[in-house]
Formats: sequence, structure tokens, C-alpha cells
Amino acid sequence: MANQIDDSRPIFVQIAERIEDDIIGGGLPEETQVPSTNQFAAFYGINPATAAKGVNMLVDEQILYKKRGIGMFVAAGAKEKLMDKRKEQFYEQYVVTMIREAEKLGITAEQLTEMIHKRG
Amino acid sequence: MSTKVVEAIHLSKSYGTVKAVDDVSLTIEANKIYGLLGRNGAGKTTIMHMITAQLFKTSGELRVFSEEPYENNNVLRQVCFIKESQKYPDAFRVNDVLASAALFFPNWDAGYALELLEEFRVPLKRRMKKLSRGMLSAVGIVIGLASRAPLTIFDEPYLGLDAVARSLFYDRLMEDYALYPRTVILSTHLIDEVSRLLEHIIVIDGGKLLLDEEADLLRGRAYTVTGPAAKVDSFVSGKKVIHEELLGGFKSASIYESLIASEQRKAESLGLDFAPVTIQQLIVYLTNNSKSRKEAVV
Repeated sequence: MANQIDDSRPIFVQIAERIEDDIIGGGLPEETQVPSTNQFAAFYGINPATAAKGVNMLVDEQILYKKRGIGMFVAAGAKEKLMDKRKEQFYEQYVVTMIREAEKLGITAEQLTEMIHKRG
Repeated sequence: MSTKVVEAIHLSKSYGTVKAVDDVSLTIEANKIYGLLGRNGAGKTTIMHMITAQLFKTSGELRVFSEEPYENNNVLRQVCFIKESQKYPDAFRVNDVLASAALFFPNWDAGYALELLEEFRVPLKRRMKKLSRGMLSAVGIVIGLASRAPLTIFDEPYLGLDAVARSLFYDRLMEDYALYPRTVILSTHLIDEVSRLLEHIIVIDGGKLLLDEEADLLRGRAYTVTGPAAKVDSFVSGKKVIHEELLGGFKSASIYESLIASEQRKAESLGLDFAPVTIQQLIVYLTNNSKSRKEAVV
């Protein structure tokens, strides 16, 4: 599997991110049901309590909501909310890192801009 | 009902002047999976023997299901203890062992036991003494799972078990635990293999409690920086270093703290590489250092 759970960070954070990725990518549209904590636990081979912690984190952030007796569902507006959050992180996570690596390699700001345009 | 399945307060066990378990206080809560970890001779098995009333404590308090465990059937019928080297009567076949287990454990599921035996490929009619080491371990695992005991303890349950059978054990444990929640204590040296299954980790070292922590919070708790020795030294000064290694002018140092963004940027600007420390590595580092064995090794 390409996206395995790793030991670098708490697993509940990684589970929450997987669900977020699925919502952003369209795999989990709004108002659809997300897998149960036991399904997550079985799929990733993790403790169900850990999976539940990840899911509950998203409930607290109102990305997911609970339908009593049925399960967890993706909240309306969840995708937009997550996109906004990820855009904020984008600069720190990708742009800053890229510029640092470019400096190390002696790539100028102009060359970097050119590369971005070439790709687009 | 109390959610405390095991409560130890200043629990100690001495043999003459040797303190096998030294002033350990801990709580095992209901329906969680615990890892009881530590080096050989750390005192893990002694603690498990006291919980299961096979050893008397020297001092302190110990309650299991809120009662004293000794000769207490209320407690002991709720406990299943799978030991590394369980002895069986010579004449017993595998099916005799299952029949006995059915008498001991109120929640015993005979159908599930047979299903598991087949999965582990243990012949039902074979004599226990004719079983291979791995098959003996598999019988123990089957009993531990099918007992569905409210407190199930596995002490190094998989001597001789191959990787396929171990991973079968983990899968079945998680599946059955999800259906029938119960308290599980798993004592093992294969920390990397089980760390994801554990909700809570207890580390015993030299008879003392070294760590008692939610497992997931130990992930990302420590990290290793690597690079030119002088730069690594300047980065780690004032930090709690739990392990270091030197290779020529290169050094790697493991730091016991979570990596925060500003520190990460600082390390990057110094040209240092960093990597997370796994739970297994963390425990190895912690149990190695605490006895200042380092000088002895060097």
C-alpha cells in the first residue's frame, strides 16, 4: 500500500489526515458515511481506540458528525473548510521547504519561478 | 463498577536482598490493550505472577477486579494467563487441553477455539508433547483468545511462532477484541510488531516503573538528528539526549522531546537530517541508559 501508517507521529493524527484527504479528494463526499472505527482498526492493523481518537478529533472540528445509532458522516461544508486549512499549511509545508532547498542548490528566485511556469 | 481492573500501589517483591519488583504503582483500566515491556529480568513476569496469584507480594497493595487475588475464585475465574512455557499433563492431547479450558473459563467459546486451531494448523488429536515449539505456542494463543476472559494476559506467547502465525495472532486479537472488548496485557520483546495494537504502554526496568503512557503519544516523542559532529553538538546542547553514535566526523543524537517546527527549521538551516524514533528504539534507548550501562559497553 502506498499510504501506510508510520511511526513518526501519533497514529490518530494520521487517521484524521487520511479521512481529510479522502474528503478533499472527493472519495468521501459530504453527507456520506465514513468507515467505522473497527473498520479503520482492521484495515490499518491498529487499536480501535486510536482510530476512534482520530475520528473524534474530526467530530470536534465539525468535519464529521454523528448520526445516533448509524455512524459518522461527512458534514456539509467540510470540504471547503479543509481546503482553507490546507491552503494555510501549504506555504509553510511546501513553499518554505522548496525555497530552502533551492538556495542550497544555488537556484535563483527567477529560475525557480521559471520552473513553476514551465510545469504549469 | 470500577473501571480499574488491576491496581498496584507501592507493590514490591523481594527474594532475600534482591528486589525483583521495587515499589511499582500502576493501574490497568478496563477494556484496553496494554503492552508490558522491558528487558529480560526487568520484573515483568514477576508482576504478572502476582496479578494472577501465583506469587505472593512482599509489600504494597494489589487489587485485581477490586479484590485481593489470592485464592479468590471471584477474581481468578475472570483471568486467563498464557505463559511462555506452559506445562501440560503428559497424556493430554490438544482436544483434552481445550476441554479443560472450557471448564475454567466462563466465557469460553468452543467453536471459536476450533476455528482458530484450524487456522494455526494445529492437529486436534495430537498429543501435547508431540507438538512443535511453535504449535505449543499456538495452543496457548488459541486458549487466550477463546477464553474471552475479562483480563487476558499473554507473556511472550509466541516462542517458535513464524511470522505468518504471529500476524494471524495480531489480526485475530484485534478482531475479537473489537467484538468482545476486554482487558489485555501483552508482554513482549517484539515491540515494533505490536506497538500499533497497544493503547497503553508500561515499561519496567530494574524492577521499577520506567514509563506508563498512552502508546500513541510516544510516537513522535523523540527524534534523531544526524550530521557533522560539531553541528549536532551545538544543536543538542541543553536538550535531553538519550542516545548518540559517532561515525568518523559524523554524529547522530536522539533527543527525548517532540520535534517542534522552529527546532526543525533550526536543524534544517544547520544542514542536519532528522528522523523519528520508533517506539521500539525509544524503549531500547531508555532502558539502556537508565542503568548507565553505556560506560560498560564502551
